[in-house]
Amino acid sequence: MSDDIYREIILDHYRNPRNKGRLTDPDVTIHDSNPLCGDEIDMHLKVEEDRIKDIKFEGRGCAISQASASMLTEMVSNKPLSMVKNLSKEDILENIGLTNLGPARIKCALLSLKVLKMSMVKYYADKDPKSAGDFHDESVKY
Amino acid sequence: MQKTALSVDEIRQDFPILKRKVGVGGSKTLVYLDNAATTQKPYVVINAMNEYYSSYNANIHRAVHQLGEEATAAYEQTREKVAKFINARSADEIIFTRNATEAINLVAYSWGRKNIKRADTIVLTEMEHHSNIVPWQILSQEKKSRICYLGVDDQGYLKMTDYERVLKKEPVRLVSVSEMSNVLGTILPLKEIITRAHENNVPVFVDAAQSVPHLQVDVQKTDCDFLAFSAHKMLGPTGVGILYVKKEILKEMPPFIGGGDMIKEVHQQNTIYNDLPYRFEGGTQNIAGVIGFSAALDYLAAIGMDRVRNHELEITRYALSALSDIKDITIYGPKNLRDRGGVISFNIADIHPHDLATIMNEHGIAIRSGHHCAQVLMERLDVAATSRASFYIYNTREEVDLFANALLDARRIFRI
Repeated sequence: MSDDIYREIILDHYRNPRNKGRLTDPDVTIHDSNPLCGDEIDMHLKVEEDRIKDIKFEGRGCAISQASASMLTEMVSNKPLSMVKNLSKEDILENIGLTNLGPARIKCALLSLKVLKMSMVKYYADKDPKSAGDFHDESVKY
Repeated sequence: MQKTALSVDEIRQDFPILKRKVGVGGSKTLVYLDNAATTQKPYVVINAMNEYYSSYNANIHRAVHQLGEEATAAYEQTREKVAKFINARSADEIIFTRNATEAINLVAYSWGRKNIKRADTIVLTEMEHHSNIVPWQILSQEKKSRICYLGVDDQGYLKMTDYERVLKKEPVRLVSVSEMSNVLGTILPLKEIITRAHENNVPVFVDAAQSVPHLQVDVQKTDCDFLAFSAHKMLGPTGVGILYVKKEILKEMPPFIGGGDMIKEVHQQNTIYNDLPYRFEGGTQNIAGVIGFSAALDYLAAIGMDRVRNHELEITRYALSALSDIKDITIYGPKNLRDRGGVISFNIADIHPHDLATIMNEHGIAIRSGHHCAQVLMERLDVAATSRASFYIYNTREEVDLFANALLDARRIFRI
């Protein structure tokens, strides 16, 4: 089963993460970590006309958390915020091809989605505090 | 009399869980190498708790009926056994808590709030578990005292020169150190630390969670003032911690948890507290757990802590040798076996410890990965996490071989 988890694509994103780094002038920056294992993700976003114009992440942690973050940034780059809002944990697990992770490791895979959703909440709260509530998403709870 | 080596095969028969199959479709026999987190329990411990619940379950200290007297006797006999196990002068110096963490919190709350003053220094080390950091931080925030950390050198030893400097320069009011690091396995020079502290009239708290299960500990010999450990790391059940405090200090300590059993008389506006050590055991205690722990102490005493230590030295020597053959491995902690316990922290190439633990799990091997509740040390080592294998009396060379082979498989899976 480990051979199924640590496929070439996961190891590639782990060792050569896409969109890793910072943005010079992000609209929103959010940090979160997984206290169980210490995985950390920072997301930096630039938003234009309700689309994700640019996205970068920083982080450290296991192959699953870091590859998942890298693949998520590719997935949402240049996509409308409404798409991000509707992203479910199933979408993420399917995107990275890991649909049978155990409860301990699923947190690693979903940390970046959690941080992305948090950054959406912050973005809307900064813009218009009343609308932020729309972005609280039950699916991020695991 | 020269004692013979441990009969590991016989010991393994006493632990039902070691027959457990795990992994995909239950295809692997469990290899349990997470003993620094908690150890497995022999039948005698499980049965002792069953026996209490099924034949003399009653609350302790108050009841006049037969069951209550039997339960009280079993509970108090355990206190005597604990005192003997660590060579305390009296069972009155032994307090049962929920775990070692609660024992440290008890002292920080009770002794600490009374004795630590503004601008006092509390000395810890960079090797401490969070349980020996956070209670002192809470206290320091309240008292405006400060915490000073003794450094760890690159070989994993405590920097004793730091200690001398701090004792000389700072208004040190307490030293609190672990006797054995749960990450590096380093055994600290406790006698020296305590002697130097006492020369400066500073009491010493020993976090012995990793040492009492594995080494002969003698509180009179080291002359520590406080000592804490947990039953579940030494074959006993979870939910039982032990606090030892020198009687002359304990006598002056205000209560921690107020309630039933810790009192003599309660009136509308005032209470006369109970005698030692009951004053510090408010509310109904984990009676079954303490009785289970009693069986664990008997079990370890029958083996002898010298043989426990020798077995761990032997298995650690074997494991260090097997692991050092693996390419790209970094092993943390002292190289000299005599200075370390049966704990090996390591990293392999760019395989994150959590990924490694996942792969080990599929081989039926339970190891730990992460910061091991020692983030201050992780920062010092400049790593986010490590993998950790830790041994106990039932671990075998064959298990170490399985473990080393699984590490090679991890290298294959990560294509290195």
